[in-house]
Amino acid sequence: MLEFTQQIVNGLSLGAIYALIALGYTMVYGIIKLINFAHGDIMMVGAFVGYFSLTLLGTNIMVAMVTAMIACAVLGVIIEKVAYRPLRNSTRIAALITAIGVSLFLEYITIFLLGPSQKVFPESAFPIKAYDLAGLSVLNKDIFVVVSAVVLMLILQYIIKWTKTGKAMRAVSLDQEAAVLMGISVDKTISITFAIGSALAAAAGVMYGVYYSTVNPLMGIIPGLKAFVAAVLGGIGIIPGAMVGGFLMGLLETMVSGYGSSLYRDAVAFGVLILILLIKPTGLFGKDTGEKV
Amino acid sequence: MQILKNKFIRFCADVLILAALFTLVQYFITTGLLNQYYQINLASMCINIILSVSLSLINGFTGQLSLGHAGFMAVGAYASVILTQMLGQPFIAGIFAACLAAGVCGFIIGVPTLRLKGDYLAIATLAFGEIIRVTLQNIDYVNGPAGVLGITKLTTWPWLFAAAVITTLVVVNLINSSYGRAIISVREDEVASELMGINTTKYKVIAFVIGAMFAGLAGAMYAHFFYIIKPETFNFLKSFDILVMVVLGGLGSTSGAIIAAIFITALTAALQSFPAIRMILYALILIIVMIYRPQGLMGNKELSRQTFGRIWSGRKNEHNRN
Repeated sequence: MLEFTQQIVNGLSLGAIYALIALGYTMVYGIIKLINFAHGDIMMVGAFVGYFSLTLLGTNIMVAMVTAMIACAVLGVIIEKVAYRPLRNSTRIAALITAIGVSLFLEYITIFLLGPSQKVFPESAFPIKAYDLAGLSVLNKDIFVVVSAVVLMLILQYIIKWTKTGKAMRAVSLDQEAAVLMGISVDKTISITFAIGSALAAAAGVMYGVYYSTVNPLMGIIPGLKAFVAAVLGGIGIIPGAMVGGFLMGLLETMVSGYGSSLYRDAVAFGVLILILLIKPTGLFGKDTGEKV
Repeated sequence: MQILKNKFIRFCADVLILAALFTLVQYFITTGLLNQYYQINLASMCINIILSVSLSLINGFTGQLSLGHAGFMAVGAYASVILTQMLGQPFIAGIFAACLAAGVCGFIIGVPTLRLKGDYLAIATLAFGEIIRVTLQNIDYVNGPAGVLGITKLTTWPWLFAAAVITTLVVVNLINSSYGRAIISVREDEVASELMGINTTKYKVIAFVIGAMFAGLAGAMYAHFFYIIKPETFNFLKSFDILVMVVLGGLGSTSGAIIAAIFITALTAALQSFPAIRMILYALILIIVMIYRPQGLMGNKELSRQTFGRIWSGRKNEHNRN
């Protein structure tokens, strides 16, 4: 039982990271129906900005995280303006290919500028301490990851539910044309969505760096894919769904590598995805909308 | 009678052109004009043509977004290698096994997933492709993640040429048959074609299985040309590469898929000389082409005898006007 609880504790912090990345996927999908394959790479850029903020500027971890979030918010807005906006009225598959192009571009420009080798996250920025809680060993990095993720999610919920921007975002994702008629600037709202989603991914990137203590230019691919699965698991386009999906995904993954074979970890994640898609394609939180003919 | 005669003449012309192309390249290879480097690129070109034409049947003509094509290629590659290397069977048996295994996988995956639509289908096929890869990594019989090394080189130019031609012929003839019209109607409007009495699931599965079989064929060709297969080679990025060719060529255009496959292979080869910025340039070209020509190079048009005929007569008319 103790081991089981320990696995849950381990799974929570991984799940928090997935949930933060999944939020970006789900927000972008909700608003422009695009699977933003470059999202995992934005997380990678965030991790690198955090790394350089820690090593070159010598800031503490909180400042590093905020710097990364700001940098990636700007990056997200630029990517949307340059690459996705011209394609807003063309086929979805063209936008998908562009997203793949952006993803490759971010990965290889980072390799070109910084080299392909991985960099070790400075340990001094975040000295690891272990706490003993009723027999459970809880690391301070776990607490840091989960607490900051939950705080960010609460802020996001506040923005979406209680601010005018959030209202505009919901309106645009519900019906873009009606939103325009109500005087909402769709372009601005989409930019803000990209900014928020990318900032969350950047935060996840810095947490990933703290959690695994290394960063490398291709680090975004696998977590990006897993977070995407998490977003689908919760119901793509649904914000609470992404949070729950992320945590479930993290828990599942630690359970499988804890009790089964870590080699099958990825296969199990995708297996769950397929089961969800076959049983309830709209995801755990999705509503079944009847097809109109 | 006249129509039949014309058809026969056209058929003979096609055969002659293909035979001439084949003999010319074969001549270059035997005389050593095409060195090892060009031969490798030629093989990649043929394999890419098979892959993109077969995926264009699924994505372009049936309109079902599939992101797991590399998975079927992996199944084909492994099935053929098991037969030729481990069981000592001839290459042709390996090829048939590859098509069969990939086709069966396509059927098993296609029947449940093809009920899904759009992005959900894309995600499900991506997941299945990754599951195939992870499963292969966990099978000790084929050395798990290390893959199979030292495969005898059996893929030669005649094999590659025949495989590419057969793939194209089967896909083109399928599209021009009554099956093809049903398949295209599924792409255009699924509900309407269902109302016309078309069993949409059946045609989707048919297209998916045939596409998967040819991906398996490409896998067999790949394995017996490049000496080595690893599960990692067939990850979802490989599927993306194939999808890029199909979309770049234009969804719903077989000639577009062929042109794009040749273009991408040539581009990759040309960029080899700048290894540092190769992928950056590739990504930029991808983004720029999609922004300025989102319908792909060919749109859904075909480059055919008629196109050449039109260009020819257009030129003649211009001449007359002058």
